[in-house]
Amino acid sequence: MKTLLTVIFSLFAFTCSASGKTELMHANIDLSDNTSLKRGAEHYVTYCLGCHSAKHIRYLRIAEDLELNQDVVLKDIAPVGASIYDSMLSAMDKHDSKIWFGTVPPDLSLIARSRGSDWLYTYLKSFYRDDSKPLGTNNALFKDVGMPNVLWKLQGEQVAHYTQNGDKKVISSLNLQRPGELNPNEFDRVVTDLVNFLEYVGEPAKLKRQQMGKYVLLFILIVGFIGYLLKKEYWKDIH
Amino acid sequence: MNSPRLNNFVNWILARFPLTKVWNEHLAEYYAPKNFNFWYFFGSLALLVLVNQFATGIMLTINYKPDADLAFDSVEFIMRDVDWGWLIRYMHSTGASAFFIVVYLHMFRGLLYGSFKKPRELVWIFGMLIYLCLMAEAFMGYLLPWGQMSYWGAQVIISLFSAIPIIGEDLSLWIRGDYVVADATLNRFFAFHVAAIPLVLVLLVFLHIVALHQVGSNNPDGIEIKENKGPDGIPLDGIPFHPYYTVKDIVGVSVFIFFFAVVLFYMPELEGYFLEHANFIPADPLQTPEHIAPLWYFTPFYAILRAVPDKFAGVIAMGGAIFVLFLLPWLDTVKVKSIRYRGGIYKKALFLFVISFLGLGYLGMQAPTPNATIAARVLTVIYFSFFLLMPIYTRWEKFKTVPKRLTSNDSLGSKIPLLKQTISDVTQDTVVTTKSGKTLHLKTPNPSGLRNASVDLAKKMKDSLD
Repeated sequence: MKTLLTVIFSLFAFTCSASGKTELMHANIDLSDNTSLKRGAEHYVTYCLGCHSAKHIRYLRIAEDLELNQDVVLKDIAPVGASIYDSMLSAMDKHDSKIWFGTVPPDLSLIARSRGSDWLYTYLKSFYRDDSKPLGTNNALFKDVGMPNVLWKLQGEQVAHYTQNGDKKVISSLNLQRPGELNPNEFDRVVTDLVNFLEYVGEPAKLKRQQMGKYVLLFILIVGFIGYLLKKEYWKDIH
Repeated sequence: MNSPRLNNFVNWILARFPLTKVWNEHLAEYYAPKNFNFWYFFGSLALLVLVNQFATGIMLTINYKPDADLAFDSVEFIMRDVDWGWLIRYMHSTGASAFFIVVYLHMFRGLLYGSFKKPRELVWIFGMLIYLCLMAEAFMGYLLPWGQMSYWGAQVIISLFSAIPIIGEDLSLWIRGDYVVADATLNRFFAFHVAAIPLVLVLLVFLHIVALHQVGSNNPDGIEIKENKGPDGIPLDGIPFHPYYTVKDIVGVSVFIFFFAVVLFYMPELEGYFLEHANFIPADPLQTPEHIAPLWYFTPFYAILRAVPDKFAGVIAMGGAIFVLFLLPWLDTVKVKSIRYRGGIYKKALFLFVISFLGLGYLGMQAPTPNATIAARVLTVIYFSFFLLMPIYTRWEKFKTVPKRLTSNDSLGSKIPLLKQTISDVTQDTVVTTKSGKTLHLKTPNPSGLRNASVDLAKKMKDSLD
């Protein structure tokens, strides 16, 4: 018995050996921060919507959820000429984008749900200069991605430093070589706001369900307690 | 209540339908053993989850579109634009996983107390058929959101049929209705998921309960309460299901839906175990995901499939892993039902079986590595040995004496003094004087007490396996 157990547990131990994944940075987002979400929406329209639709969200829904006036949404967030009932659709033609980037930029409505906010945060901060690529940038988290660093003007230009790991060259760190318009803290806020917005777009009801959860749980506890008293009362003669 | 009009109406119905008879036979005069414990909540909970799946499922079909071009977006429409649609969808998706948790525990109860043994073989068989239907429901339902994992999971599983010699290719083509998983597949899976299999499921649940109520419920002692009847013909150790177990189940249901609601409101994806992250990407027939894994409840069988080097043999092994459960009443022919009175050999075997099932479940989620494959093979052998060697190892079992009447169950309340005693054993009182001059009486961990308690616990666990 003992030997069998030892064998089983050692089997588990050696199947669980660590895999060499890039460690993700933590995105410090807050879904209840409406000003951050609004800034994120503005950045999204400015820097992302050119290529990436988010077809599952409408400007009207943004106005309602972020408690913004519809006119404010149309003025500050939506592109010129958009209606409040429009979805966040990109104007880019699919056939063109296929020629330009080699692939159609994906719809980002659910990107936060498939990738996770930490991944997005890390991804947006992991672009570096790579002259071997057609658009001059590469990404440390998503190697050879077709997307260029659209935030380069804000972030500046990062270069990669490598270490030798066996016969492979691995990126050890990314260093800011040329500063951009924003200092690192300001840039960090832009990325955080963007990720926060994408997290919201991924599941607009998320904040609502979390806020509602505690009342539901409290109600179930009360029902359970009454049920327990009822059970005790009914069962007091059963031995 | 006693108006003649109402009485007339009730009598009119009773003359035409055996309402009182059904009520009495299955609830008010159905005598269940009085010592049901924790494990006996899961039958009624399974019924609750079934009702939940039906109610939420019907509501989902109102807005869902079984069309390869529309399906994914219609699910997002439900999540965003349908009032409370997110709640309904999460109740259905969480319910699917909850169903398997509840059913696995329900089946494990059967293994603990020998509930599949004579005279309850048919109850077990009907239950196993329900389990098969559930697997079909879960598999086909998972295609409907038309995400990447829906698509590729279905692709992988259906392609298994092509491993069958001679007819394989044609069979998998027939199942899919196309050369790859496509709109035709989605449409027929929708038909099966929402109409055909639920009908069968309801019928089987009915048969499961009718068969159970014919022979009566088993209990943690594994004694037939019908063998000790009072002068009125009522089992001495039986109590009417209603009201005793109906009120008790209110408590069980409350605890269950508490955990259900925690998942639903705070972690509906449960870190990708209940809703896989890759399933939030629309199905793309041209892009195979790096790692295709089924949802957690299928992973033990998926691990068995992968553990076998040959594809067809793997399919046989996977099917065999489920089929062998059907044979259980005839593999375990020991008369003693409950694990309380069975020998150490069965307890150890069951323990190993649980480890192999959980281990295979874990391995089925991981990407296959050479080491993981070896581990899966070892565990597969343990899994099958538990069942197939049962007729042999149970011969050496030494049983304890089975009592004539039910033993009483410790209630939760009676365990409180014991808990208090344990807490006082592992802590010691320390008096601390704070800077402001107050004295505080604190309980701090007592190292020797902790050591004794853990030694006792280890001894108890070891004894429970003998």
